[in-house]
Amino acid sequence: MPDKARIRAEAARLRTAFEAEGAQAFETTILQPAEVLLDLYGEEIRARAYVTSDALRGEQMLRPDFTVPVVQAHMTYGAEPARYTYAGEVFRRQEDDLDRANEYVQVGYEVFDRDNPIDSDAEVFSVIKSALGGAGLRAATGDIGILMAAVEGLQTTAARKAALRRHIWHPRRFRALLDRYAGRTPVPATRRALLAAADPFAKGAPEIGLRSRAEIAARITALKADAEAAPISKREVGLLDAILQVRETLPNALERLRDIAVDMPAVSPAVDRLARRMQALDRRGVDVAALDFEASYGRTSMEYYDGFVFGFYAENRPDLPAVATGGRYDALTRVLGQGAEIPAVGGVVRPGLLLELEAGQ
Amino acid sequence: MSVKLGVPSKGRLMEKTFEWFGDRNVRLSRTGSDREYAGRVDGVEGMELVLLSAGEIPRELAAGRIHLGVTGTDLIREKLGQWDQKVDPLAELGFGHADLIIAVPGCWVDVDTLDDLDAAAAAFRAKHGFRLRVATKYHRLVREFLRDHGVADYQLVDSQGATEGTVKNETAEAVADITSTGDTLRANHLKILSDGLVLKSQATLFRSRVAPVSVAERQTIKDLCRMLAVD
Repeated sequence: MPDKARIRAEAARLRTAFEAEGAQAFETTILQPAEVLLDLYGEEIRARAYVTSDALRGEQMLRPDFTVPVVQAHMTYGAEPARYTYAGEVFRRQEDDLDRANEYVQVGYEVFDRDNPIDSDAEVFSVIKSALGGAGLRAATGDIGILMAAVEGLQTTAARKAALRRHIWHPRRFRALLDRYAGRTPVPATRRALLAAADPFAKGAPEIGLRSRAEIAARITALKADAEAAPISKREVGLLDAILQVRETLPNALERLRDIAVDMPAVSPAVDRLARRMQALDRRGVDVAALDFEASYGRTSMEYYDGFVFGFYAENRPDLPAVATGGRYDALTRVLGQGAEIPAVGGVVRPGLLLELEAGQ
Repeated sequence: MSVKLGVPSKGRLMEKTFEWFGDRNVRLSRTGSDREYAGRVDGVEGMELVLLSAGEIPRELAAGRIHLGVTGTDLIREKLGQWDQKVDPLAELGFGHADLIIAVPGCWVDVDTLDDLDAAAAAFRAKHGFRLRVATKYHRLVREFLRDHGVADYQLVDSQGATEGTVKNETAEAVADITSTGDTLRANHLKILSDGLVLKSQATLFRSRVAPVSVAERQTIKDLCRMLAVD
């Protein structure tokens, strides 16, 4: 592990490079109010972040990333368009792997721009890529927006689409739901009994807790409606699977997705965006013909990426996490903006890992 | 130095542990007054009995301050990250059976599986503006279990005791707790989800993988294991 002074110097170099691209320096506190992060990420963040507390302010978190404070500051004070950069420690709780760092420096580059999101995607990718220099890293890219468009385009009920959309980032539950909606898994016996019962509340269990009888009745109504909905067709499930399996160089992936879009026109706009992003990357000098694209990339990371996603990896060091990662997080700005929103895309570099790779060469 | 054996310091768990060792001709006993936490081991030379709260035994094993210890699998798995690198289970003792389960109010006639819980949690959050609360003291185990099964929109709230009462008191909507017979759950109008078994636990004899052992201590552990017919 390189020493802290060298990591700081490398972080400063990266930040200066990002400032040269027009980014303003951003600073924030290490202790962040826990409530916002918990509400946003749910219980999962407790497994990943250090939570502490005092009797006055309640629960605080050692910042697990800069994204949330950057978005909050921008939405409160920022002028548009805006570019930000920051450098500082983030803290990640590790419960299963002692070799993973629980404290490391991140340097970020974030773009808030309403006018040309596709070009902003390409900008963030290429700015980060050039900051990484000649480290010989493999780039992985994906686009959560294509999967979201595919879910939106399914010939099924709005409730089913909402449930699938909610679980795009939980591949296992997504699959279980899809199997059930497609009629590939049998309805559990208890569910069948519930739906067949003349009076589901006949057993007369005492009503306790906050979840009211009206809420229970509403869900039974929803389950009945769901039971009457036609299964999602084999054809559509096949198309979704075909999308999830796309893993090619970008031009080949695009061709494959265009073929799929013929049978599933709902994804066409998202595929067009991918095509325009490829052109934008090409204009910025990225070798798109050699760039990997994976449709399911980014599905298991935290839920705020909802469009373009990317990561840079050291191929000869599979033991190391990604040296840089990033993506588009429009939905996050919607949640934090309480009504307001702004298209946003950004990425972070880990200078400590960059130095470690240089030392190994 | 002697080999330190940690056992629960009170109640049925202590009595049953003493009985289990006694059946194998290793006599554990408390010494001094009823209130003094001191004890002895007869039947094997070079052993020392350490009486501890069952909840502290995992930590003591992982720190290497005791060589052997009796505690529940649930506590080991909850309290130790990478537990299998720190302790080695030698024998299941056949008592202290307890299941860590997820339970919801019996009146939730629409919820029987984790799939239902997830859907109910989404609707609950939309209506009440906060995530459905699950009361537990087993944070790690429950979080991992719910993550593996893709349940979202819930939050864990800490409950160190009387967990089954939290739903009626409206400090939680569901619970994740240890049960052996299910009586307390039923008495509190709760039901177990049909796929809500997080972990089956029982009293188990563990060996610390990190406690330093001298040649003599290694021999003592060997002798003990032979008498207990384990490993």
